[in-house]
Amino acid sequence: MQIEVKNAPSPPLPRCRGRGSRFGLSLLFAKRRSLASPLPRSGGGTGRGLWVAALLATLITPAHAYKAYVSNEKGNSITVLDTEKLEATATVKVGRRPRGIALNKDGSELYICAGDDDAIQVLDTKTLKITGKLPSGPDPELLALSPDGDVIYVSNENDNLVTLIDVKKKEMIGDIPVGVEPEGMAISPDGKLLVNTSETTNMAHLIDTQSKQIVANILVDARPRFAEFKKDGSELWVSSEVGGTVAIIDPVKRELKQKIAFDIPAMSKEAIQPIGISFTRDGKRAFVALGPANRVAVIDAQTKRIEKYLFVGQRVWHLAFTPDEKYLLTANGVSNDVSVIDVASLKVVKSIPVGAFPWGVVVAPQ
Amino acid sequence: MKSLVAAFCFMLFAAPVAAETVNVKVGVLRETHARETLSILDIPAADDTLAGALMGAADNNTTGKFTNQTFEAIDARLEDGDDGDDVVAALDALLDKGALFIIADLSAERLLAASERAKSKGAVLFNISATDDRLREADCRANVIHVAPTRSMLADGLAQYLIWKQWRRWLLIKGSHPKDEFLAQAFRNSAKKFGAKIVEERVYEDTGGGRRSDSGSVQTQRQIPVLTQNAPAYDVLVAADESDVFGGYLPYRTWDPRPVAGSGGLMPTSWDPSHEQWGALQLQNRFTKTFRRLMNARDNAAWLAMRMVGEAATRTGSNDPEKLRLYLLGDDFSIAAFKGVRLTLRPWNQQLRQPILLSDGRMIVSVSPQEGFLHQTSELDTLGVDQPESKCKLK
Repeated sequence: MQIEVKNAPSPPLPRCRGRGSRFGLSLLFAKRRSLASPLPRSGGGTGRGLWVAALLATLITPAHAYKAYVSNEKGNSITVLDTEKLEATATVKVGRRPRGIALNKDGSELYICAGDDDAIQVLDTKTLKITGKLPSGPDPELLALSPDGDVIYVSNENDNLVTLIDVKKKEMIGDIPVGVEPEGMAISPDGKLLVNTSETTNMAHLIDTQSKQIVANILVDARPRFAEFKKDGSELWVSSEVGGTVAIIDPVKRELKQKIAFDIPAMSKEAIQPIGISFTRDGKRAFVALGPANRVAVIDAQTKRIEKYLFVGQRVWHLAFTPDEKYLLTANGVSNDVSVIDVASLKVVKSIPVGAFPWGVVVAPQ
Repeated sequence: MKSLVAAFCFMLFAAPVAAETVNVKVGVLRETHARETLSILDIPAADDTLAGALMGAADNNTTGKFTNQTFEAIDARLEDGDDGDDVVAALDALLDKGALFIIADLSAERLLAASERAKSKGAVLFNISATDDRLREADCRANVIHVAPTRSMLADGLAQYLIWKQWRRWLLIKGSHPKDEFLAQAFRNSAKKFGAKIVEERVYEDTGGGRRSDSGSVQTQRQIPVLTQNAPAYDVLVAADESDVFGGYLPYRTWDPRPVAGSGGLMPTSWDPSHEQWGALQLQNRFTKTFRRLMNARDNAAWLAMRMVGEAATRTGSNDPEKLRLYLLGDDFSIAAFKGVRLTLRPWNQQLRQPILLSDGRMIVSVSPQEGFLHQTSELDTLGVDQPESKCKLK
């Protein structure tokens, strides 16, 4: 059911210091430099009217209460959110510099890459207590879980390796040499193909999980940071933060099909830095976080046409759907909040304050 | 038509994997930098510049495993008393070894001599340390790519922040060497460009002598207040001291309690060992682990030059200098250098666009361009001489 939010006032003007308004000197530049840019939104700026409207909307269609987890890179904490009330319910102190997070299959355990502790911590999601850690190698940043939940694949940036960890035995069971500064990790829905992106080599390394051998290396644009398969495994999308594009790869033919570039009027190309990618389950739509552009791009995943840009908080990193796909949550690093996107109406309905420098976000399956 | 489009896309996107191994040789032609620095932390190591090139080559070789390319850094170090002839001889030796890419850590005059010599062999030079604007303007050369920022970029980067802070009244103190005047002129230009006022200029005479003593601070503490007293009202002292004679002495010693910027205090630079944002910590860690010291701006520029060669070689599948140079100048090139944005070349003078870090020697205080300084092409072009003002005619 689609809820129309009517009579909602438009979001207030951003409160951040305006481009060109603070200094007399901007007049100096006005002659040859465009000043017609929309202002980047400062933190927490969803309009109150919208918020009320959203609350009304929630009253009409009660959302399922899921638990979402947000890693706070500088807060050294995980914020737990209730997706019905759209508010934080708990904050858990964890290891240093938590970034990549992933839940196990039934949502009972959260795996946290605590980069500065050189470990993956395990959080019991019932008790909210750290129950142990997995040996990850130095500076783990992102991880992927095999579909059966038995193996964690983690990128070790310092060693140019992907490390394999047996979850039950809590031990390393192998590593695979990849390019310089491995980062993005994704696994195909059938578990057969692992993808790692290397930030300085600028490649997506396709790895056969059986043989643990690289089967293809695909050049993408500068600083590839994140990879995501469509739910049916038909496409692999890789975001290049510095290159400013998303590469679409055919995982069967193992070749690059297309690149998506973003063009936001009056915004410098350098500020558009794609990071997190999320697909709807039906594979029809993709959402791409654009970092310091403070927007999430909505893309028709079939035609690859960009439908819309949604204003969210500042420096948006990663994204996660609620399992019913009613909401998409975005972790906004600089504004210390999570924006809640109503997926049906494609509107940002709320921003939830979390810890310092939120980075990763996941939602429990039930 | 469809197949044509498909073929075109393939050319653009497919990783060109050469059947035979492509070997890319990169010479590192470097001066010996003065050990006379105000702070002992700045005394250059024996592998200054070279270490950055070696790490860049190691990074490129990791990528090269997948593309069948190898990269090699060949060192050629000039001694203190070497003259122009020695530069040419050292360059010839590199060219003879097949190094057609030269990472040049040379002063302006030597760089121009090397550029002239490299022409006949079709070699490309990467200037990683000379900040002279003239090398990108009247004296620009088609076979020189500039990785180091110019004085005007550094000065503009600092000026934007001072304006953001509303510190508009500057007391300018420059050293007595010619290059100090170049830097002072860059600060004057920046002040004019961004609306600051230089309330007075003073000169600090270099009377020669060493930097080391067992009780230096006793005298310095008395000299600097004298140098800075009776100044008109000012917000910030801006120092132009490229010879490292007095800039570092200024903070905390001025007659009036004022912040210091420029060649002391808050310093604009292309790289600093304290820079950690945008993944820079990874690069710092890798460097420290390998070379047991911190990465300075020259090391970083040499690493970046090597990465630019690597990136161009990977994308083109070639080691032909002209082919790689054209790729670097084209729309497809951009490189990640841990500065938060992609870096590209200004095609009109082959200068690398880049943010400028503002460091107090311990921390990165800010990174320019500052918010609110806009430009129709790239906000990075608010730093330094822009295309409409450029005097460069590449040849």
